Amino acid sequence: MRARLATTVGGAAGRLSRLAGRGDGSVIGGRIGLWLEPDLLSMLAAGRQVILVTGTNGKTTTTRLITAGLGALGQAVASNGFGANMEEGLAAALGQAPNAPYAVLEVDEKYLPRVIRATAPRVVVLLNLSRDQMDRAAEIWLLARRWRDAFGGVPGMRVVANADDPLVAWAAASAASVTWVSAGQRWREDSWCCPQCGSHLRRDGDDWRCGECSCARPRVSWVLDGGKVIDSAGRAHELDLALPGRANRANAVVALAVVEVFGITVAQALPRLREVTSVAGRYTQVERRGRPLRLLLAKNPAGWLEAFDVVDPPPTPIVLAVNAQEPDGRDTSWLWDVDYRVLRGRRVFVTGERRLDLAVRLEADGIGFELVDGIDDAVDRVEGRLDVLANYTAFQQIRATLGRVS
Amino acid sequence: MTGRPLRLVWVYPDLLSTYGDRGNLIVLERRARLHGIPTQAIGVNSDQRVPSDGDIYLMGGGEDLPQILAARRLRADGGLRAAAASGAVVFAVCAGYQLLGTEFGGVEGQPLPGLGLLDIRSGRGEQRSVGEILADVDPALGLPRLTGFENHQGVTHLGPGARPLSRTVRGVGNGDGTEGAYAGRVLGTYLHGPALVRNPALADLLLSWAVGPLRPVAPQDEEWARRLRGERLAAAAT
Repeated sequence: MRARLATTVGGAAGRLSRLAGRGDGSVIGGRIGLWLEPDLLSMLAAGRQVILVTGTNGKTTTTRLITAGLGALGQAVASNGFGANMEEGLAAALGQAPNAPYAVLEVDEKYLPRVIRATAPRVVVLLNLSRDQMDRAAEIWLLARRWRDAFGGVPGMRVVANADDPLVAWAAASAASVTWVSAGQRWREDSWCCPQCGSHLRRDGDDWRCGECSCARPRVSWVLDGGKVIDSAGRAHELDLALPGRANRANAVVALAVVEVFGITVAQALPRLREVTSVAGRYTQVERRGRPLRLLLAKNPAGWLEAFDVVDPPPTPIVLAVNAQEPDGRDTSWLWDVDYRVLRGRRVFVTGERRLDLAVRLEADGIGFELVDGIDDAVDRVEGRLDVLANYTAFQQIRATLGRVS
Repeated sequence: MTGRPLRLVWVYPDLLSTYGDRGNLIVLERRARLHGIPTQAIGVNSDQRVPSDGDIYLMGGGEDLPQILAARRLRADGGLRAAAASGAVVFAVCAGYQLLGTEFGGVEGQPLPGLGLLDIRSGRGEQRSVGEILADVDPALGLPRLTGFENHQGVTHLGPGARPLSRTVRGVGNGDGTEGAYAGRVLGTYLHGPALVRNPALADLLLSWAVGPLRPVAPQDEEWARRLRGERLAAAAT
């Protein structure tokens, strides 16, 4: 009853917020609900099969892919598919689908231990851990330690974890049951050292082990192998996703390992994963003044590295847009952790509130660039297609300019 | 300068490298190039010996545990201490800055021995200092105002053997109105941003300590850095 009252009032606030044009209304509704009933999240999660998805990058896409795969069960699934991943957003997503027996929830890395306690999840998904918005997020070794502590002593919970990320693997190893996935790790600047003892790790391809203690990459049961997934029975399947890039293939393999926990086979899930073409506006193709644009969101060095894998080869021009508002992190230092030399041979436009930071960075890598005032200024300077890579609020601004494409 | 290139040694990027620390190395290489100085960048991981014949040593930031490990290994290795003793330039940021001192705070805040290259002691403060920082440099160094970003929970006390690098106009720095410290050719700061990107004159100071007076840089090669600097100085002053 208290949960229903809290969600009803919260839902009304959400509708008001949408009418007022402030976002999709999910967060404010959840916030008011939680204020009325602090245990709202556990009340709303009770009796459901909950899947939590966390990691630095790929949360929203993986949440979407798992939701798509679970569709094979033919039952309703609650999900915070638009990335509102703190407690308010989770409560709102559950409140909006009160009868859904399944819930797939992306969770902010920092909130994972709290959300595990509140929702008693069936599955927790750990994708990766790397430097991200360090002015407001916890440091990642600390984060891994908190995850590790949170997994001990939760009965009936399965962790699905990327074995190729040493910090993630170390955190997951404390869980009673783990499905290990070889999802790869392109960004390695945050995992050269053993999470257990700090010694420099020995790395060979995706394999890693510590030379001084017993910490080592666990044996994996799912593998991303180029364009294929090798399932837990050792069978290979072409992925053939509509979503581009290595990172999304990795997310898909993780999603397949997750839905297997619920008895869904690769053959049942894969066609559904292939139908996912864009995620909360990301990877969307849009037309602007007659030019096709593709929108890519990446928020940190690891994300930019994976995004460069997705952009068209030269000479397709690219727009880079960077802001440093609260949700982006106020510190733009991370721009120096990215190697931009792959952008040689194309026109590069820089925009966003911190475009001068980008300009100095590109100059240091010897990349020619042009400063532009917003997306349309770039569109007007090119003929043909254009890739757009932006961090969080810069991406939202571009979406707003383009009329909230989804 | 003739003969061998200027050796820039990046100490323990596997342990001491967080947001943008690579940027200080990139800028140092670029500024050296603009001054006509050939360089050689050398990354030394924590399982390797630190060479003692480098010209400029760089150390970045890190979380508590990596910082403690780095201190232990550097003390055992001795290469950096030997280099500093023979007059090499050392530039360290954040966790690396604290490591230069005689002691720094461990995971529970307990004092741990540092490298003793600077007469400073660091501990853990009450709250994290996060945000834009502005600071006026010790006039003896002749540098313009520093701009950067700080993100740390350290409090640093300077002993009589070290001088404050600057006095804060905005931000926290060492915690007593000063920011950073230097003695001889060893210099540390809480600034990232990264520090040398937004403060090319600081990069030039380090280069001049290593090689002597520098050739001027063509204005067009400094234009973007000058604009970024101007923007950040103005933004932080409001």
